[in-house]
Amino acid sequence: MNYAERLQNVTVLGAAGKMGSGILLLTAIEMVDLSLLPENKDKSFFLNAMDISDEALSGLMKYLKVQVQKLAEKKTVWLRKMYSDRKDLIENGEIIDQYVFDVLSVVRPVTSLEPAYKSNLIFEAVAENADLKIKIFKQIDANNPDKPWFFTNTSSVPITKLETEAELKGRILGFHFYNPPAIQKLVELILTENTAKETEEFALAYAKKLRKKIVYSNDFAGFIGNGHFMRDALYGINKALELVEKENISFPEAVYIVDKISRDFLIRPMGIFQLIDYVGVDVCSFIMGVMNPYLEDEDLYSPELHKLLEQGVKGGQFSSGAQKDGFLKYEKGRPVAAYDFKTQKYVDYADIQAKCDAKIGAAPASLKPWKAVNFNKQKAAILKDYFAELNGTDSFGGKLAIEYLKNSKDIGKKLVNMNVARCDEDVNTVLLTGFYHAYGPINNY
Amino acid sequence: MKKLRRKIYMTAGYNTISLGTGRKEFNPKKPRPGLEHYLKEAGKATLKMIGGADNVDESVVGNFMAARFNKQGHTAAFVPMIDEKLRYKPSIRVEGACASGSLALATGIKSILAETAEVVLCLGVEVQNTMKAIYGADVLAGAGWYQKRKEGHAYFFPGQFSDRAGAYYEKYGKEYARKGMATWYKNAVENARLCPTAQEYHNKTEDLMAVGLTEPNGNFFVDNLSVYDCSKVSDSASAIAIMSEEGLKRCGIDKKDAVEVIGYAQCEEDLTQDPGDLTELSTIKHAAHQALENAEITIDDLGTLELHDCFSIAGLLTMEALGFAERGKGAQFIADGNTARDGLIPTNTTGGLVGWGHPTGATGVHQAVTIWEQLTSKAGDAQIELKEEKPYGMTINMGGDDKTVVSIVYKRA
Repeated sequence: MNYAERLQNVTVLGAAGKMGSGILLLTAIEMVDLSLLPENKDKSFFLNAMDISDEALSGLMKYLKVQVQKLAEKKTVWLRKMYSDRKDLIENGEIIDQYVFDVLSVVRPVTSLEPAYKSNLIFEAVAENADLKIKIFKQIDANNPDKPWFFTNTSSVPITKLETEAELKGRILGFHFYNPPAIQKLVELILTENTAKETEEFALAYAKKLRKKIVYSNDFAGFIGNGHFMRDALYGINKALELVEKENISFPEAVYIVDKISRDFLIRPMGIFQLIDYVGVDVCSFIMGVMNPYLEDEDLYSPELHKLLEQGVKGGQFSSGAQKDGFLKYEKGRPVAAYDFKTQKYVDYADIQAKCDAKIGAAPASLKPWKAVNFNKQKAAILKDYFAELNGTDSFGGKLAIEYLKNSKDIGKKLVNMNVARCDEDVNTVLLTGFYHAYGPINNY
Repeated sequence: MKKLRRKIYMTAGYNTISLGTGRKEFNPKKPRPGLEHYLKEAGKATLKMIGGADNVDESVVGNFMAARFNKQGHTAAFVPMIDEKLRYKPSIRVEGACASGSLALATGIKSILAETAEVVLCLGVEVQNTMKAIYGADVLAGAGWYQKRKEGHAYFFPGQFSDRAGAYYEKYGKEYARKGMATWYKNAVENARLCPTAQEYHNKTEDLMAVGLTEPNGNFFVDNLSVYDCSKVSDSASAIAIMSEEGLKRCGIDKKDAVEVIGYAQCEEDLTQDPGDLTELSTIKHAAHQALENAEITIDDLGTLELHDCFSIAGLLTMEALGFAERGKGAQFIADGNTARDGLIPTNTTGGLVGWGHPTGATGVHQAVTIWEQLTSKAGDAQIELKEEKPYGMTINMGGDDKTVVSIVYKRA
């Protein structure tokens, strides 16, 4: 079975979810682009978009139409060549419409698993629940005579566990997209000891066609991305609690300070509490729960995440893409208040900002926002100057930032020492491309 | 061609801003003004300068493709909307692709010559940012022969002129040609920065030569041109009044505030034919020389020039077609600074189509307004120094790939 044949019948499980919809979009595009090549003209391509929710699947089709049209508008030069034999399609508009129709035509929204029984390749992006994944894999594999390959998008569950318990020896690998898959360039690739060479080769070819950057992660719960993020998040939460204790400030004030330091002083796109909310309080809590049993010398657990969930605060996004409230409350996507466990209410930034900013102290003069740094050609020089200045400051905020940086670096080093990452560079690549950091955590700043 | 049988003047020119990418006001996600807004703004401004709509005998509107960009035909009937005193007076819309604007001028000139009008209000309008460029390319492709659309490029006209550029590179050397074309871009933006209505007015880029030298990438655009070699997608209208001597008197316009049209030519080439020689703009050559002959001057008499640089390569080939440079020497001529605002022949002094903008059906009128401003010292910061012995200006406006061309010669009145 060659590359194109493998992609002739594919199922995406959890296709209407945040990750699934992106994987579906990219795969549908890749399938149709293959189908347009002369050598594939006689092949048919099917992509089952499997999800349990009819409503979500209906929303998925609308999302697909909009996204495919945008992508088609960007590659019309190529599409005109591909449709050159279609005399009835003359204008760009006609060609784009045809392409959108062709992509939507390969997608078959389904709510049952049966269509996957004919698939050569299964992408799994269901909830981060190992038992659920295993159950589904087993059911499909028992009914599919073609020994399909399973690509799981899990960000935390060890692939070997899935392989063993679902009895998929050699036919599974971790193909972990970052959110949102259509935009983020990074894919973490996780093999088991048994993963077949041709499966790996297909995964690499597929990633290349999707223009994704592959970073291999060894098969350890959480892999590189969550291995760093979950520890970084826990550090942030614990740091806020420590500030409450030592500095005699309220929890919302501590959250404001830590979020601000981890965003502004660390030149990151989001503060740590905003990132937790973005990923979802529930998801973070769940992933820590998956990872923790595999960790010997540390306890990756945050009671605060559980407390939030108990009080009904979950974070994540609305289907519109708007941010739900979590540790922070949002207006037009910007944090405006921080949660107080005692009152179960949000405290407006307006009421605490002045006090907290005074506590943080003046920012280093050379500090620039992430946006101005990350896309700047002089990024390396800007960062070097900034961190040199930061290291020389003794403001409260500056010291906090330095501790934070050091911890982030320690986490990165730990991932290499634990053999989760193959090298320092892989850790840095994941943070640079998967988390849009302006610099890798393992640095000499 | 016969000498003009009456004296013809143009006066009271007005350009709205050229709205599109580059302008700070432009936000593709927000609603923008339509045809009505631009026609009103330009029309009212010109009417004010000539003492009101009472003085107007008839009107002409140049517009290329409102029928597709705005799903609006019948644009001549917008004229009475500009001023109710234009109700029941003649108004006509003319179309010749990107030369529609100067076809409107030619039509107005003919009315004066025919003595059916002493004062003609001439308008050009196009609102193109109603769709993304990839669909706009379909609309603009209407300036070519539809039977050739299928084999054409996604970006049809950039594709046509990319082929011309490619032929020029092959014949005379790519690096050499690109240097001239990049200089063209640099001049265009530098001139646009001096004109508050120009689309590139807000451009702050320091190294314009480097931008102009951007390597073309055929995977995303066309093989031999980068987007910086191209004119802009623009929304705008321009207006100017065309008058006889009697018309000037009627409107109380001093001759020093007008320019005289001393010659013009309009040439049409077969839409169904491919260009004979890709490195020559033969219709432009024909029209421009006919206009000069009609005006009884030579290129050496020209003090300023507005030409149709829908693409930098078109600017370059037009300099050669005019005879300012021998064939193959146009790139050098431009690179040497001869077309710059302080050069031998100051060209496109407010940025041209690359820098000021290219509201297709309005461009011809915009060119006339610019020449009028320069020759009457009303160009503000963009004013060039005109030599006494060179009181002439010229416009060259092209529709399609060298298919419809109007060239007009002007003189200080």
